Amino acid sequence: MKILVAVKRVVDYNVKVRPKSDGTDVDIANVKMSINPFCEIAVEEAVRLKEKGVATEIIAISMGPKQAQEQVRTALALGADRGILVESDEDLQPLAIAKMLKAIVEKESPDLVILGKQAIDGDNNQTGQMLGALTSMPQGTFASEVNVADGRVSVTREIDGGLQTVNLSLPAIVTTDLRLNEPRYASLPNIMKAKRKPMDTFTPEDLGVDATPRVKTLSVEPPAERKAGIKVADVAELVDKLKNEAKVI
Amino acid sequence: MIRDQETLGQLIDGIARFVRERLVPAEAELAETYNIPESIVQDMRDIGLFGLTIPEAYGGLGLTMEEEVLVAFELGQTSPAFRSLIGTNNGIGSASIVFDGTEAQKQRYLPRYATGELIGSFCLTEPDVGSDAASVKTTAKKDGDHYVINGTKRFITNAPIAGTFTVMARTNPEIKGARGVSAFIVDATSSGVTVGPKDKKMGQAGSHTADVIFDDVRVPAENLIGGKEGEGFITSMKVLDRGRLHISAVSVGIAERLIDDALRFAMERQQFGKPIAEHQMIQAMLADCKTEAYAARCMVLDAARKKDLGQQVATEASCCKLFATEMVGRVADKAVQIHGGSGYIAEYAVERFYRDVRLFRLYEGTSEIQRIVIARNMVKAAS
Ligand SMILES: Cc1cc2nc3c(=O)[nH]c(=O)nc-3n(C[C@H](O)[C@H](O)[C@H](O)COP(=O)(O)OP(=O)(O)OC[C@H]3O[C@@H](n4cnc5c(N)ncnc54)[C@H](O)[C@@H]3O)c2cc1C
Repeated sequence: MKILVAVKRVVDYNVKVRPKSDGTDVDIANVKMSINPFCEIAVEEAVRLKEKGVATEIIAISMGPKQAQEQVRTALALGADRGILVESDEDLQPLAIAKMLKAIVEKESPDLVILGKQAIDGDNNQTGQMLGALTSMPQGTFASEVNVADGRVSVTREIDGGLQTVNLSLPAIVTTDLRLNEPRYASLPNIMKAKRKPMDTFTPEDLGVDATPRVKTLSVEPPAERKAGIKVADVAELVDKLKNEAKVI
Repeated sequence: MIRDQETLGQLIDGIARFVRERLVPAEAELAETYNIPESIVQDMRDIGLFGLTIPEAYGGLGLTMEEEVLVAFELGQTSPAFRSLIGTNNGIGSASIVFDGTEAQKQRYLPRYATGELIGSFCLTEPDVGSDAASVKTTAKKDGDHYVINGTKRFITNAPIAGTFTVMARTNPEIKGARGVSAFIVDATSSGVTVGPKDKKMGQAGSHTADVIFDDVRVPAENLIGGKEGEGFITSMKVLDRGRLHISAVSVGIAERLIDDALRFAMERQQFGKPIAEHQMIQAMLADCKTEAYAARCMVLDAARKKDLGQQVATEASCCKLFATEMVGRVADKAVQIHGGSGYIAEYAVERFYRDVRLFRLYEGTSEIQRIVIARNMVKAAS
């Protein structure tokens, strides 16, 4: 069984991002970049499936600037067998990414495509679903458990108020939620070996995809700063303020 | 050996992340229990930390000196007891075999050092033999195809968990100095080897030293490192520069951690109506710490790069060891001062680090010995 895993290059989760002074975007100059945590969970799940003997090959793919090859390498160090980079300096949006993934799916015919449910930069939560629509593959999103057996995959999904299990025929799409697994640390020897694993590079044009952004960002602003609080003398004053000033009760 | 920026970046990132996510949160437990949890030891094995300097052909990473100090900067961000656990396998505990071992010795031990399955300790210091290291009193007498070792070794790092000891012993009593000393690899299970109780130390809780006593220990002659008598001490000196630069880099890493902690505290703690970081005398301490730590970082990187180019760096390595280890002592002192009374309370990491870093001025050559080395080399070069 072949698995395709998508990994996105995002600002590291430890970095406190700031908007640019002109408010056009988030300032990512000289900021540490990493693999999106949800994508890391996706890679881990694929590697576990391979270790269980369910999967035979894992292909890691990233789309973005040339440096996104670092995130492909990270996936290779974690256990993926080969990598694909679709290089573009465009602001790649979910629809373009889904279209490029579709092109790769057609080339590679994976049995399972695993993606993060969202990336921590855009928080879009769209790519997996769009890929489902474009390819007509069944999808199990927000996975907290994945089991593959007899040509089918059963995916336990975290939904409001509980868990839902769906059983999908392969090939299928899975997007990962936080509790699916706890990703391992890449071993240092594997980080070094990753360099020698094969990686193909394409452009959106090679895949016949027009990656021009469709959505325009109007402005990026920091959240409003918290104002200083006040002290109230007693409960009566508190209730009064909540009623008449804050108007919340 | 990595030598390409991208892979090196990934390696350093990987270690930094492991330190931040796994080791830093375990510091307090380590300090309280004097024990590194087995799950963490296993993780350290799994990610390959025991084999940083072992050549790739024997399952390690074969890091260059520059790569090694970059890694040590990161390992310095947490309690040095963690680093100490992997320190001997990556340094004095394996180096004699790496440098001068026979092929059979390399095959037999290095792969297991690299995985951490086997811990290698290094036995040079004795009750009466410290800075004057070439005056080793432990003896090794040839007896057929064996040597018989007798003597006591002191303050031996990782002795309680060691699988092998690299033992410096005098094979030729006629030759008083270094040339009379040979190095042996001794299995810890050999009959006649006793490891004493763990020493009670000032700091670095969780890293253990102990006496190792050799009482008529019979060692096969094939365990003479390099297969030649009189080479042992010379061999161990080959790793000196490396060890000194490594400790210098760890000192830089810890200084940077202490500065982080002190800065964060100073920006939060308010006195006289403003964060103490806005009081000039606190600022002066922060600035002095930053400057010194930066100077040491630059020194260490410069010396490491020179060493990788094949230059002699004995003087530079001693300069680094002297400056970086004294520097981290001053930084730790100021970090405690910036914390005020809290800096004296174990809840804050600076209290622990203040004690931990005291060691760095003592082992791998005391500060006095570094000064002697530097000045002697200066005079020698000028005459
Ligand atoms: C925690 C810890 C771990 C250690 N791990 C190991 C290990 O794994 N293996 C090992 O073999 N050893 C180990 N050591 C021993 C360490 O290397 C020695 O303690 C160190 O070399 C100093 O020797 P000493 O303690 O005998 O001090 P001494 O040599 O007795 O020195 C005492 C003082 O005299 C000064 N002094 C000595 N000679 C001179 C001189 N010529 N001029 C001026 N001043 C001088 C010294 O600088 C020092 O201030 C460890 C020590 C400690 C504390």
